[in-house]
Amino acid sequence: MRWMILALSLLAVPAFAVQPDEILDDPALEARARELSKGLRCLVCRNENIDESNADLARDLRLLVRERLVAGDSDDEVIAYLVDRFGEYVLLQPTASGENLILWVAGPAMLLVALAGAGIYLRRRKAAPDAAPAPLSEAEKARLAEILNE
Amino acid sequence: MLRVMIVELGHFTLILALMLAALQAVVPLVGAHKGWRGWMAMAGPAATAQFLCIALSFTALTYAFVTSDFSLKLVMENSHTLKPMLYKVSGVWGNHEGSMLLWVLILALFGASAHWFGGALPERLKARVLSVQAMIGVAFLAFILFTSNPFLRLAEPPFDGQDLNPLLQDPGLAFHPPFLYLGYVGLSMAFSFAVAALIEGRVDAAWARWVRPWTLAAWMFLTVGIALGSWWAYYELGWGGFWFWDPVENASFMPWLIAAALLHSAIVVEKREALKSWTILLAILAFGFSLIGTFIVRSGIITSVHAFANDPERGIFILAILAVFIGGALTLFAARAGTMEAKGVFAMVSRESALVMNNVLLAVAAFVVFVGTLWPLVAELAFDRKLSVGAPFFNQAFTPFMLILAAILPVGAIMPWKRARIERSLKPLYPALILAIAFGALAFAVGTDRSALAPVGVALGTWLIAGSAVELWQRAGRKAARLARLPRADWGKAAAHSGLGVTFIGIACLMAWDVEDIRVAQLGETFTVGGYDITLDGVERVEGPNYFSTLATIRMARDGREVAVLHPEKRVYPVAAMPTTEAAIANGVWRDLYLVIGDEQANGGWAVRTYIKPFANWIWAGAIIMALGGVLSLSDRRYRVAAGARKAPAMAQPAE
Repeated sequence: MRWMILALSLLAVPAFAVQPDEILDDPALEARARELSKGLRCLVCRNENIDESNADLARDLRLLVRERLVAGDSDDEVIAYLVDRFGEYVLLQPTASGENLILWVAGPAMLLVALAGAGIYLRRRKAAPDAAPAPLSEAEKARLAEILNE
Repeated sequence: MLRVMIVELGHFTLILALMLAALQAVVPLVGAHKGWRGWMAMAGPAATAQFLCIALSFTALTYAFVTSDFSLKLVMENSHTLKPMLYKVSGVWGNHEGSMLLWVLILALFGASAHWFGGALPERLKARVLSVQAMIGVAFLAFILFTSNPFLRLAEPPFDGQDLNPLLQDPGLAFHPPFLYLGYVGLSMAFSFAVAALIEGRVDAAWARWVRPWTLAAWMFLTVGIALGSWWAYYELGWGGFWFWDPVENASFMPWLIAAALLHSAIVVEKREALKSWTILLAILAFGFSLIGTFIVRSGIITSVHAFANDPERGIFILAILAVFIGGALTLFAARAGTMEAKGVFAMVSRESALVMNNVLLAVAAFVVFVGTLWPLVAELAFDRKLSVGAPFFNQAFTPFMLILAAILPVGAIMPWKRARIERSLKPLYPALILAIAFGALAFAVGTDRSALAPVGVALGTWLIAGSAVELWQRAGRKAARLARLPRADWGKAAAHSGLGVTFIGIACLMAWDVEDIRVAQLGETFTVGGYDITLDGVERVEGPNYFSTLATIRMARDGREVAVLHPEKRVYPVAAMPTTEAAIANGVWRDLYLVIGDEQANGGWAVRTYIKPFANWIWAGAIIMALGGVLSLSDRRYRVAAGARKAPAMAQPAE
């Protein structure tokens, strides 16, 4: 079994998320890199950002982000650079442009519609005549007596 | 020989269950329509028999997994002789076919429970409810038998299996699906009751009283299921994330939100005979979201449109089920909703209105999650844009609804029915408000980042907890002796609301004050993170039952006193050729210490990640308290007397 453990430990095991050797010396730059990484999608993963992903591609992207930051890019420039190369698929937060406006507006719009609907309903409830409850039928009376005696 | 027979018997009883369900779907419905008592009475025994058949089938499949019968294709693909027994059993539902079998098992269990505990239901309503429940059963049993049969054989069985995904070999995830399904499928009861009421054309307080325990039970199970999944992600994925806004998570979260709305609107129907048609609609939508969730998870359409296009059979089958049931129910709703006239009258400011606000906020929040989850699909199909919708979107678009909900909750909860005045309801809450502001300010003072997240979360969480306490105190007439005599439902309400508060505090503090450190540590070296002295004592390689592990020993001390000795691991499962991280966590009330061991570095030392996660356990503790609130409510006297659930359906357990 020993040889097997050895063989396995030599296997190229994917690295886990941010590695110590990736971290930039400048803490301010590193903090920006981490913040940016959280909004970027690991393209081969399921809904995971590159900061958390274990995939090799995510590591490449993390290094790329840091490379651009060290080269003096602003945050927006780094994002633009990545979107240029990989498309808007890389953004975990969809842009608020074009058709995407529907996505962003959907929640607030629905809230307004729901509030209006609720308002109309409540107004009607307030105005409705208080209907007297229907008298109990014989069967219901018997059942009620039974319950109360339980 | 016996082995072969047991498995074949399971296959046979599954087919039998389909036939029974078909009978149960038709006969009682006709009977209820014509007023034939004999035909109606058939529903109950059929439901019991259907459950027993599926239970037998499920037992047979479990038996095949436990005895590692690799002549079954499913067992070969998802099990291995060396796997620990717990995971041989949980492997039954750790795959598509088995999980669908668990789905129908629970569906049949709920149907049968409606018969077992539904003695007080009017016979016509009961026949219709069981008939609708059986229709769902027919659809899903057919789905299993025609597209996802777990009992398919291999002509030449191999000597060993391919093992279960190592990430799934974990106690948290072993019990996550059963709870989630108990919740998902439990909502089918609300759906069946809603459709039966539409056919009947009658919704009243008694109906709400029958439907509410089932919804409450389903919501409770969903709460536990979601919490288990989130807790699993926290300790298993190796960096302590607890919620990812992944489509699969959203699929369970949407029914949870709608079920929460339904719970509250059913109260209005029960107490005030208003909001009837809206409650029916919510019951349909709640199960609709369960079906959408099942579709999302089982067809894989959201994760990959292309994978879906290559193998569309299952996805299209579930989509057809969704269209038939939800389309059918909504059509019925459109035709009949007008007949449900409301009786109760109430003012604009009243408990009723507050509950309407609760429903507006929960339903719109669920809608936001729904749109966000489906948007990538819509954008690709309709606009040819390939894009992602991830956590940043949901955090911004979803959170505001929860903040407003928490802000108005204690006031709404304390308002009287019919007519209320905001000033009068607020008055007893002033101490809670002051306490909330004080704790929020404390959080602001303690935090170094000056972000609003922690103060707002802590203040709202405190407001919810203290508000619930005040409400109980008011209900008891400000006398301690009376507290114990309050109905259990009052305690349940207070517990569920404060549970939400506890979760609020946990999420806010964890997200705001999480401390992280990533570094290369040499053996014997001590470094300091957030006031803790951390020493990497040793790293050794060990062998588990079906994996190899790199096991580190790390000591954590504070002010020279040892706090914890932790053993984070990195495992490799050779059969599945997959590595996993096993973080080591020292749990605490105020903080978790969370350690992960990484790779050995080329020039000596090991990558070590240290996290200090404040208030992490509050997130799941809050969920457990919410679920306990559900249990307390279920055990309330008014459900035990005369209601559909003589014994709380909380007693329901997944068979085996």
